[in-house]
Amino acid sequence: MTNRLTRALTTAAAWWLGLLWIMPLIYALWAATHGAQFTTHFDPFAPLTGEHFVTAWQQAPFVTYMLNTLIITGLILAGQLLLCTLAGYALARMPFPGRGMVFALVLLQLMVVPEILIVENYRTLAGLDLIDTPLGVGLPYMASAFGIFLLRQTFKGVPQELEDAARLEGCSRLGVLWKVYVPLAKPTYLAYGLVSVSHHWNNFLWPLVVTNTEQSRPLTVGLAIFGAPESGVDWPVICAGTLIAISPLLALFLLFQRRFVHSFMHAGLK
Amino acid sequence: MNQRTWLHAWLMLLPALVMLLAFTHIPALSTLWHSLYLPARSGEQAEFAGLDNYRMLLDDEVFWQALSNNLWYALGTVPTSMVLALVMALWVNSRIRGRTALRLAYFTPTMLPMIAVANIWLFFYSPEIGLFNQLLGSLGLDSINWLGDPDWALPSLMLMTIWKEAGFFMIFYLAALQGLNPDLYAAAALEGASPWYRFRRLTLPLLMPTSLFVLVNAVLNAFKLVDHLFILTKGGPNNATNLLLYYIYENAFAFFDSNYAATLTLVLLVLLILLALLQFTLLERRIHYR
Repeated sequence: MTNRLTRALTTAAAWWLGLLWIMPLIYALWAATHGAQFTTHFDPFAPLTGEHFVTAWQQAPFVTYMLNTLIITGLILAGQLLLCTLAGYALARMPFPGRGMVFALVLLQLMVVPEILIVENYRTLAGLDLIDTPLGVGLPYMASAFGIFLLRQTFKGVPQELEDAARLEGCSRLGVLWKVYVPLAKPTYLAYGLVSVSHHWNNFLWPLVVTNTEQSRPLTVGLAIFGAPESGVDWPVICAGTLIAISPLLALFLLFQRRFVHSFMHAGLK
Repeated sequence: MNQRTWLHAWLMLLPALVMLLAFTHIPALSTLWHSLYLPARSGEQAEFAGLDNYRMLLDDEVFWQALSNNLWYALGTVPTSMVLALVMALWVNSRIRGRTALRLAYFTPTMLPMIAVANIWLFFYSPEIGLFNQLLGSLGLDSINWLGDPDWALPSLMLMTIWKEAGFFMIFYLAALQGLNPDLYAAAALEGASPWYRFRRLTLPLLMPTSLFVLVNAVLNAFKLVDHLFILTKGGPNNATNLLLYYIYENAFAFFDSNYAATLTLVLLVLLILLALLQFTLLERRIHYR
């Protein structure tokens, strides 16, 4: 009897917390789809409207922002996959003097993250003349310690016999990496890819520092300017703009939520 | 043969290593270097300042405030979101009704950019028409100037951060819980151990490594995530919510004193390296324990 009561209470608490957690998003959806007079006045029969989305869409170049975000995240992911695969393999399977030290240098980046080195990295990029370019936003993130670590762990789990067999058949080192290791590490690539994309899609501070024109700003930076109190946009429109900005990633997440959650778990376990 | 392997290994490491050095290790060192100089006036060489920037730092009240804010911010957000994350993970991992939907609800804030979250929460906190004050009003309570009152501004940020982060940390606990050995629980159940006893004596100790991992990441986040300040408070009122990284940004890109910003960055670097060392020693112990 008490057992069933506890269970009912636990379920109620879990649901209550879940509701609380999803409420801000539901609320933004409510505000964006109803007239301004309903922003704080909840009436289930309030008429729906799409006008705020139209206004928001006209006030900021969301298409440009989205394309920029897409280019930046794509560039970062491509760089990361290439660099981390090569480095992860060398650290996992190739004995050479100094390997421990190199690995320690890599791991250091897990704590000394590029996010806090904005001052010096800005200086570097200005020297390379890469300010206000997608490549400039992407460069500091391409050699990701997390990616190298994750792939090294995965590659270490691949049976050495597979490599030896392939080598006996005359496969080169890069050939082995490409034909044996990469296919076997597919789940890790997927997990890392999703984590990386969602991280960089949402990243703000560094893109803010590096970009300074409408042509190169990603979504987050555009959204911050769009929603700034100084720009005098009214509330439902900000909500609509925010929803426009988060919709691509959110839609992807809702469609493949199981995959996303498992990927984050997979990446977190290592 | 061996030397060819070495050569190949270095060649494969080269691209990643060059980028790591260029954007992590060298900037970390040049931070120290630049913190010893005064900003260059146009056309002139930067002037060596020795420890002047550090003297300035010690006298800078805003720095001390940002540091203490940051420590309070970490203390206010990390333990609460960790406990919530563990509770969420236990719920979602149990045979609760609708657990997939719950997991989705808890995890969704993680997928949103901090800027978007801050845009939405800005309205909750707004003084006149804001949702929270309307809620207080309907309960007959006085309204609070959430972001404008120096006493409430930082706690308001903490509340939002907890909401944003708990679901992210839940994932790590969930992964760990699913990796636990069911035999142990079967044995405990045979012994007649109560659920609370099982949680305290079995689950919690087995989750220790995860907790440590989450702890370090949560503290790191408390120092590196300042996006919401740009929307909600801009560090105000009167620096009541200024955090170290935001203050670094202000100095470098609003006050154009990149040398003082480098000095501040060095303090943050030292803090993070200490954190890393702490993690390292604790992890060492964990490996021995296993």
